[in-house]
Amino acid sequence: MKKLNSGTFGKQMRTVSRILRHIRKYRAFVVLSVVLAAVTTALTLYIPILIGHAVDCIAAPGAVEFEALFGIIGRIAAAAAGAGVSQWAMNHINNTITYRVAEDVRVRAFEHIEVLPVSYLDTQKTGDITSRMIADVDQFADGVLMGFTQLFTGVMTILGTLGFMLFINMPITLLVVCLTPLSFVAASFIAKRTYLLFSEQSRTRGELTALTDEMITNLKVVKAFGQEDEVEKRFGEINERLAACGKRATFYSSITNPATRFVNAMVYAAVGIAGAFACVRGLITVGQLSSFLSYANQYTKPFNEISGVATELQNAIASAERVFALIDEAPQEPDREGAAVLTDAKGQVDIRDMSFSYVPSQHLIEHMNLNVRPGERVAIVGPTGCGKSTLINLLMRFYDPQEGSISVDGCNTREMTRASLRQGFGMVLQETWLKSGTIRENIAYGCPDASMEEVMRAAKDAHVDSFIRRMPDGYDTVLSEDGGSLSQGQKQLLCIARLMLRIPPMLILDEATSSIDTRTEQKIQAAFAKLMEGRTSFVVAHRLSTIRESDVILVMRDGHIIEQGNHDELLEKGGFYAELYNSQFAPA
Amino acid sequence: MKRLLTYLGQYRLFAVLAPLFKCLEACFELFVPLVVARMIDVGIANSDSGYIMKMGALLILLGLIGLSCSITAQWFSADVAVRVGTGLRKDLLSHMLGLGYADIDGVGTSTLLTRMTSDINQVQTGVNMFLRLFMRSPFIVFGAVIMAFTVDVRGALVFAVTVPLLAIVVFGILLGSVPLYRRVQSQLDRVMLLTRENLLGVRVVRAFGMEEREKKSFHEANDLLRSLQIFVGKISALLNPVTVVIVNLAIVVLLYTGAHEVELGILTQGKVVALVNYMSQILVELVKLANLIILISKAAASMNRVDAVFGMKNPIEKTRGKGMQDIFPEDDREVRPGAFVWSEVTAVPEEEPAVVFSHVSFSYPGAKGESLKDISFEARRGETIGIIGGTGSGKSTLINLIPRFYDVSSGSVIVNGIDVRDWDAKLLRGLIGLVPQKAVLFAGTIRDNLKWGSREASDEALLRAMSVAQASDILTKKKEGLDFELEQGGTNLSGGQRQRLTIARAVARDPEILILDDSASALDFATDAALRHALRTETAGMTVFLISQRAASVKAADRILVLEDGAAAGFGTHAELLRSCAVYREICLSQMSEEEVQRSEEA
Repeated sequence: MKKLNSGTFGKQMRTVSRILRHIRKYRAFVVLSVVLAAVTTALTLYIPILIGHAVDCIAAPGAVEFEALFGIIGRIAAAAAGAGVSQWAMNHINNTITYRVAEDVRVRAFEHIEVLPVSYLDTQKTGDITSRMIADVDQFADGVLMGFTQLFTGVMTILGTLGFMLFINMPITLLVVCLTPLSFVAASFIAKRTYLLFSEQSRTRGELTALTDEMITNLKVVKAFGQEDEVEKRFGEINERLAACGKRATFYSSITNPATRFVNAMVYAAVGIAGAFACVRGLITVGQLSSFLSYANQYTKPFNEISGVATELQNAIASAERVFALIDEAPQEPDREGAAVLTDAKGQVDIRDMSFSYVPSQHLIEHMNLNVRPGERVAIVGPTGCGKSTLINLLMRFYDPQEGSISVDGCNTREMTRASLRQGFGMVLQETWLKSGTIRENIAYGCPDASMEEVMRAAKDAHVDSFIRRMPDGYDTVLSEDGGSLSQGQKQLLCIARLMLRIPPMLILDEATSSIDTRTEQKIQAAFAKLMEGRTSFVVAHRLSTIRESDVILVMRDGHIIEQGNHDELLEKGGFYAELYNSQFAPA
Repeated sequence: MKRLLTYLGQYRLFAVLAPLFKCLEACFELFVPLVVARMIDVGIANSDSGYIMKMGALLILLGLIGLSCSITAQWFSADVAVRVGTGLRKDLLSHMLGLGYADIDGVGTSTLLTRMTSDINQVQTGVNMFLRLFMRSPFIVFGAVIMAFTVDVRGALVFAVTVPLLAIVVFGILLGSVPLYRRVQSQLDRVMLLTRENLLGVRVVRAFGMEEREKKSFHEANDLLRSLQIFVGKISALLNPVTVVIVNLAIVVLLYTGAHEVELGILTQGKVVALVNYMSQILVELVKLANLIILISKAAASMNRVDAVFGMKNPIEKTRGKGMQDIFPEDDREVRPGAFVWSEVTAVPEEEPAVVFSHVSFSYPGAKGESLKDISFEARRGETIGIIGGTGSGKSTLINLIPRFYDVSSGSVIVNGIDVRDWDAKLLRGLIGLVPQKAVLFAGTIRDNLKWGSREASDEALLRAMSVAQASDILTKKKEGLDFELEQGGTNLSGGQRQRLTIARAVARDPEILILDDSASALDFATDAALRHALRTETAGMTVFLISQRAASVKAADRILVLEDGAAAGFGTHAELLRSCAVYREICLSQMSEEEVQRSEEA
């Protein structure tokens, strides 16, 4: 087992102080919780004293002091009731703090996801991020809750008990105080070991989640290739590792409880012996011995709980670290101070000497230049992997170029707000994405305030209205995650309808029509043509009809624009484009 | 729940030993108040130091034995719990892998994912705690009652009243909170869905500038989650205080009745202390029990959700035939009862058509209309069948019936002379190379991905498949070659590169039947044409189904099936269809100029 180094400890402390910062917002609740914990503890601790007094009242036959006894048991009942009420209130407040903090952290993490660069999200596994957002935050909340409910009352019980015990008898108290640190030693020894084990377990779980996510998401492909066994094998391998480290983590953490309980038993025995001798010498009464014994129990129990909390907290800190790591990921470069807001863009797009690569070693786009006048239609064609999707990533500022610039209406897009720039573009991507929700909500995604009439008009424009009407609940049909059982083409039509509702001044169409049959596509293209009138559009297309009608055709290859011009000019030129065009009729 | 028991049953020795050792520990704990009572009544009363020391030593001994018992128990229970969790995960995965398309469509991926992760974790923790505490706590409670009876019968009657009362309170609160916990969990599922959705749809969210609204709806979902959690918390937070109050009231009664008995000399002071101690012990254990029950009810709710997934049966994985178990008893997973075996399959006569659709109709579960209506055609061995038609015309549905991803509503699909429902699903799918519409690749190297097609394939075979799929240039661009690592979903490749790799993957398994479901859509004309040429020349003898939107892609097919609204509008060669099928002619004209159509007619 690895030795816990100070670096890990320092990191843990930083995480703890961050957790505390999140809790700070609720300090009024925390104060209240502490006060209630104090009241609960004081009353709870008072009860054994009362019981001790009561026991002393019933020392021997014929010598029972009934009158005093009645007074005492009345007070016991009152103290118990008071402790009950304050404990409930405390629990409720602790729940409130915990779940609010968990919500805060989750929302904070989610908000961060919304500003993380697309380049980061592209390289992360969704299952892993999801597991941080759900399972880790849960684990973290559990830790915080236990911290509040058990740490507070625990510490107070220890202090209170100490006070009450000192009040009764000093030497026995000292005995208890000397022995209990053993409990700490045992607990912290175990906690250190379990922390590393829990991190390992957490990591392996993340791995397992990521694999499951990938395979379940693409279950259809897995089945088509009969890869069930292979997937099971890979899963099995991770699962076995999880079992091995899970078992160690579970076992070591569960030793804490018996170990501390053993220390308690020792303390109890020591108090019993010392107390009995003190009784014999008449230093304390039997009632006080009984109080002492229950204190000895209560005094050590919080150590028990605190040590239990310690393992849970270790676990929570490990989880919190994973969540915070997500929150700490560098966000996309924020919009410049006083960045321009693009409104009513005319659609002049200029790309100047732009270079870009995803990986520094692989240059993708190099020194690209392009000038598009407002209202022009640009078709981007070229072999697959030539940098067409990359160009879209750059136009929308999902990624920023390493060199050179893109300007819209003469203003560098890096000098304007991302939101306004993206508002200026309407986009239909290769990968369709629909929200879980009704069809209507999906179409109105870009303008939530759209009326039913507007939604239906958009659907009609995208020629998807009649299909929607045939759905069980029409426009209110609820789509499950990612469009559920809709076909790729139907999903794409809905994405187009979504765009129809909000007509931005510039359009980006990335193979938007690849799975839509030509007859529907023709109708859509007619609608698009109307849309595109007076609007700058970038169309990544393989369809001849689309390409032919464009003002500018960019023929791209290996990140460079190798040819530029309209259909006739390029055919005339007899270059790469002409070759591409003619290949359609090459004998198969 | 029943399922959980079968898992526990597999580790029954440890599953029994764990609580047993816990009970042993509890026994020793129960002796403690008696020892203390003796200390008071004998040791202190007689000022007998030797006796006090003896009793003290006994206390220490009890502690030591307790420790060793309990550590043993923890080890057994950790072992069982982790093994149950591991087994559940393993079986759940293989069950999920066996789910039908219709189930996956209905349930959603994120739900399945939660079942696999947090739900099973919850079950695992539940089992662990169950084994550790479920026997121990009741044991101490009842043990304490019995011990109380040995001390003093009248005092013990107080126990007899208190324990049931506590039980009612504890179980009442728990039963009330269980359904609420279920709601908390389903809301958590919703939060998870929103998270996933935003990760997958990040481009669209940002393109529409909807970050704020997404944040808002995430916030709302979390608000609801939090208020549900706090509401449940409010109820379960009652448990501790109420039980504390009840137990203290019981102590009050004990002291009261004890006082009378001591006065009369029936009871000693030490025994009153012992009774009070037993009552306190009951309280401690009941609190543990209550917390345990909450944990277990959460775990049970999780187990039920996991069970629901196990409950989803996939009709496809079973074949119609019966009574052949005796022939293949050794492995009923590989070969299902009644399924045909490989040797029978390869003995198919040459002239047998590869695929026959005979009056096939199909409708999706729950759908109103039919997606396919009375489709009949034959694909001869080695033939290339083009399938063309509008969106929703049923092209994808049709080819999904060949590997039996769905079952026909009527009619039959026959592969190599055998109805697909009589095939073992795995063997059937082994004959087929499918290139899905959406180019799905997996994290791992290019080689790993291609080997999905055929596990035994040599690098040479993989390279040949890549070249057929026009994907060789990917290798020249990536210096790692076949060892190039793909991100999850293949996001570090372009759409076209991904698509060609999925084609190579299907070709790599050298299938009898190759299905391309509009798989060339991201390819440019030149690549598309080269691909078709390569398929034709390199894969002789392979029956190919080629779905496309482009007339240019299917026109060279041996025969073309034209679908419209789920019905066959025509079946024949390009030239035949141009003459006889109006739908087909319209499609062609929409894509090419009149002149081009004529040129292709002549070609």
